[in-house]
Amino acid sequence: MQILPCPYCGPRSDAEFHYVGDADKPRPSRDCSDEQWVQYLLMRRNARGAARELWVHRSGCGRWLVLVRDTVNHEVQAAEPMNR
Amino acid sequence: MNSSLRRLVEGGEIDRSRKLEFSFDGLSLFGYEGDTIASALLAADIPVLARSFKYHRPRGLLGAHHEEPNVILDLQLGTRHDPNARATVEPLRDGMRLASIHAKGTARRDKLAIVDYFERFIPAGFYYKTFMWPNWHLYEPAIRRMTGLGRVDATRHMQSAPHHHLSVDLCIVGAGAAGLAAAQAGVRSGRSVLLVEQRTRLGGALLWHEATIADSHGARWAESVAESISAAGAKLLMRTTAVGLYDHNAVVLHERDGDAGRIWQIRARQIVLATGVIERPLLFGDNDLPGVMLADSSLEYLRRYAVLAGQRIVFATGNDTTYAAARAYAAVGASCIIVDSRRNSSAMEAARAAGLEVIVGERVERALGGQRIRGARLSSGMTLSADLLAVSGGWTPLIHLYCHARGRARWDPQRGALLPGEARPGLRVVGSANGARSLSEALAEGAEAGGGNAADAPACADLPFDWGGAPDTRMASRRYRVWVDLQHDVTAKDIALAVRENFRAVEHLKRYTTLGMASDQGRTSNVNGLALLAVHTGKSIADSGVTTFRPPFLPVPLAAITGARRGELQAPLRRLAIESVHREEGAELRGYGDTLRPAAYGPVADSMLRECTAARTGCVILDASTLGKIEVLGPDAPALLDFVFYTRMSTLLPGRLRYGLALTESGAIFDDGVVLRAAPERFVISCSSSHVTAMVAHLEAWREDRFDLARVYVHDTTPRWSTLAISGPDSQRVLAQLDPDIDLDDAAFPHMSARVGSIFGYDARIARVSFTGERCYEVSVAASHAEEIWRRTRAAGAIPLGVEALSALRCEKGFILVGVETDGETMPHDIGMGRARETRTDSYVGDRSLQTPAARGTGRRQLVGIAADGDTVLPVGAHALHRDAGRRRSIGWISSSHWGVGVGRPVALAMIEDGASRHGESLEFEHFGTLHRGTLVAPCFYDPSGARLHVRP
Ligand SMILES: [Zn+2]
Repeated sequence: MQILPCPYCGPRSDAEFHYVGDADKPRPSRDCSDEQWVQYLLMRRNARGAARELWVHRSGCGRWLVLVRDTVNHEVQAAEPMNR
Repeated sequence: MNSSLRRLVEGGEIDRSRKLEFSFDGLSLFGYEGDTIASALLAADIPVLARSFKYHRPRGLLGAHHEEPNVILDLQLGTRHDPNARATVEPLRDGMRLASIHAKGTARRDKLAIVDYFERFIPAGFYYKTFMWPNWHLYEPAIRRMTGLGRVDATRHMQSAPHHHLSVDLCIVGAGAAGLAAAQAGVRSGRSVLLVEQRTRLGGALLWHEATIADSHGARWAESVAESISAAGAKLLMRTTAVGLYDHNAVVLHERDGDAGRIWQIRARQIVLATGVIERPLLFGDNDLPGVMLADSSLEYLRRYAVLAGQRIVFATGNDTTYAAARAYAAVGASCIIVDSRRNSSAMEAARAAGLEVIVGERVERALGGQRIRGARLSSGMTLSADLLAVSGGWTPLIHLYCHARGRARWDPQRGALLPGEARPGLRVVGSANGARSLSEALAEGAEAGGGNAADAPACADLPFDWGGAPDTRMASRRYRVWVDLQHDVTAKDIALAVRENFRAVEHLKRYTTLGMASDQGRTSNVNGLALLAVHTGKSIADSGVTTFRPPFLPVPLAAITGARRGELQAPLRRLAIESVHREEGAELRGYGDTLRPAAYGPVADSMLRECTAARTGCVILDASTLGKIEVLGPDAPALLDFVFYTRMSTLLPGRLRYGLALTESGAIFDDGVVLRAAPERFVISCSSSHVTAMVAHLEAWREDRFDLARVYVHDTTPRWSTLAISGPDSQRVLAQLDPDIDLDDAAFPHMSARVGSIFGYDARIARVSFTGERCYEVSVAASHAEEIWRRTRAAGAIPLGVEALSALRCEKGFILVGVETDGETMPHDIGMGRARETRTDSYVGDRSLQTPAARGTGRRQLVGIAADGDTVLPVGAHALHRDAGRRRSIGWISSSHWGVGVGRPVALAMIEDGASRHGESLEFEHFGTLHRGTLVAPCFYDPSGARLHVRP
């Protein structure tokens, strides 16, 4: 029952959002190794505490955003557009 | 039975002019308006109201409100049925039929009471140890019948209200002295205030303790505060429990109103918990007998309901607070003796001076009696006769909600209580819940938390609150059964056993003995249990650790949580713009994804052949409005589509269509669809009906990830359009009758192209794309014109086609459905679309995943057709068998299977390991034990050359 600040819509109920995964995961080029690709595709940071997370405001504006959020106490420090 | 024996002739909150008739276990009884079920039963002098959970011990009332662990009843009133009604919380209503729930028979004569004689064979952990062999599930049904709470009537739905939502500056939980002071201060400082109270009246303990605030009687003061804050706009919710605190200051309330009640979701800037305390029982032998009651609860019954909980009362205590109850009972003529474990106190002196008998330095060792108490034996051996043993083992602050907010309780040895530890943001705990030692302290804390100054708190006559101290464990001897958790039947012996067996950590103890795990969350047992654990481990309570609390504070009916979200409202259906026309046409409507669509026009089994035949030989019309119409616009639109689609789209010419796949990053087929390049910088994606939302999010994700937002834009127009697909050899002739301003000649308007124009003067986009294998025109018009176009197309000779027939037609043609043929592992080369993987060198979603060893390896399940041996349609879901040295293994399954009208035999699609290179092989298919046989063939059964797309009649 968190309130998440959408950079486009303002504070909204978390029920409108959908968690996607870690933010800031650069997409490797096609000539990367299998290991690099697996790292990108499947591995998660699973941070305890401060995290940068990718969310989509699915039942709202439909835009993607990066939440700077603490996974322990659920405090949201900032919300940024995914594409700055 | 005479209900007035124990009722005073005046006083209390009850209305003696309004008599309420009710029944309990078949007995006809009465009470008054203002009674709870419990107070009416107490007035009726029925000692045994329940049987205990595990041993079927007789139990009566211990408490007067939500602290009551025992008396949970089956309640029927008209159409209402509550299998777990809390007698102490539920107001009495005329005509209520109540029954005890644990007993086999009635609470008084419980046939399972014999279980109690075997108690020494059923210690803690008994079920874990005994019923392990051979299998717990063998014993479970019988054990479950003997235990558990009320029985749900599966045929009956509890009535529930939709959830309510409210945002406030200040949410105050508990309307006792501290909560009211907070509300008053909050209103005065101009905040929006919500005050939540569980009882039917405001005032909390002021309702049964003598207090003077602002020169009036405490209960009177509470009323006047309620009036003034309501007048100033504060909202009061009575009979409402705050059941949980969640992130970002969300409070969930349950309002007991009607059947299942109503859930409130509150968002508050500031939460004030003024939840008060409840009394703890004392630990002594047979302390669970009917007639052992919390002293403060006995006072609540007397003052609020004018019920004498007893007439010969022994008050057993170690604190001064209990003396108020003793003096109140003495004042109405009950004979009272106080047994105080202490040697002296000021209250003791005052009581003696007032003529009360006090036995000092003594404890109750054992309650005496059977179905109700007869008396008490003291530690000195002295025996006192009594019909009520009113006990006080100290006080437990209600800090559950503070713990929900991730607060950690701390043990306060002076008060003998778990108190709130560190402050939590946006949350204040005030009054006795925070350890206040007097009424004035509680009022001051409340006023301050509400936004005022402590000095502005209402003046009151000094009323100290004596906490007593840590639980007295001296009488928790092994000689008698000393009950700790009355709802789960956990004894002091069970705790000793758990420690002996090394379940010494508090969380282990809790799980091993089930202490505090009942529906009351151990409200009366938790601290006594911790004290015993400390005794047996030789540690202090602070060091042996404390358990935490999780929502809900009280059980909430599932129906209340569901609220309005049941039936169709649980997952609202999307409906077609012209659903009424389909109904008129005799459609059988079914849910496909989240949309209600015509399965067939008439009963499905009867209509399939007719509809399929019409599609192959004449002309049909299909409501395909659910197909996506996602527009991608801007100069970078071609680049975005190339990146998102496995099939290149930038090479598409304006006015042309192309079928393509979109993949996930793991290379699996995400969706398929037809893309129209409407203009050089404008594409329209027509994706699968149920994948539109996901496709829009997918496009938006990659757009935001790596494109200039000013140069490409994604816009979903799906709901604005209705799409009617006119299909079949005769479709061109039918379309020509719709007055199109488009040249329909095949040279001017070839397959896989689209034209914008009008029909009957309405703007329309017509695309030549086929899902049946026949000539086809998809006509998209504004949804508001769809009905007219449908009727006119029907008049021109088209037969309506449902989704089921369509599915058979596309199966015969070998067209896949994403999510039916494919799953999360299916890659494009598994369905025969491997070319782009080999030829494309630019980046696209999923590209790298198509080059991994797993993607390149053998043994992948690939799309094939299955030609059945014989005329029987193969069952969908049948597994293809591979036999190897007597072992059988599934090598794939049939994903779609129909009667192929065009080819006159059964057709099926399957995903089979290495299937593409095994055409011609005959395989066994097993479905629920039945074997079938079929031959692997190319997936397209009907018109592999595509000549039918150009056929006219
Ligand atoms: Zn938004």
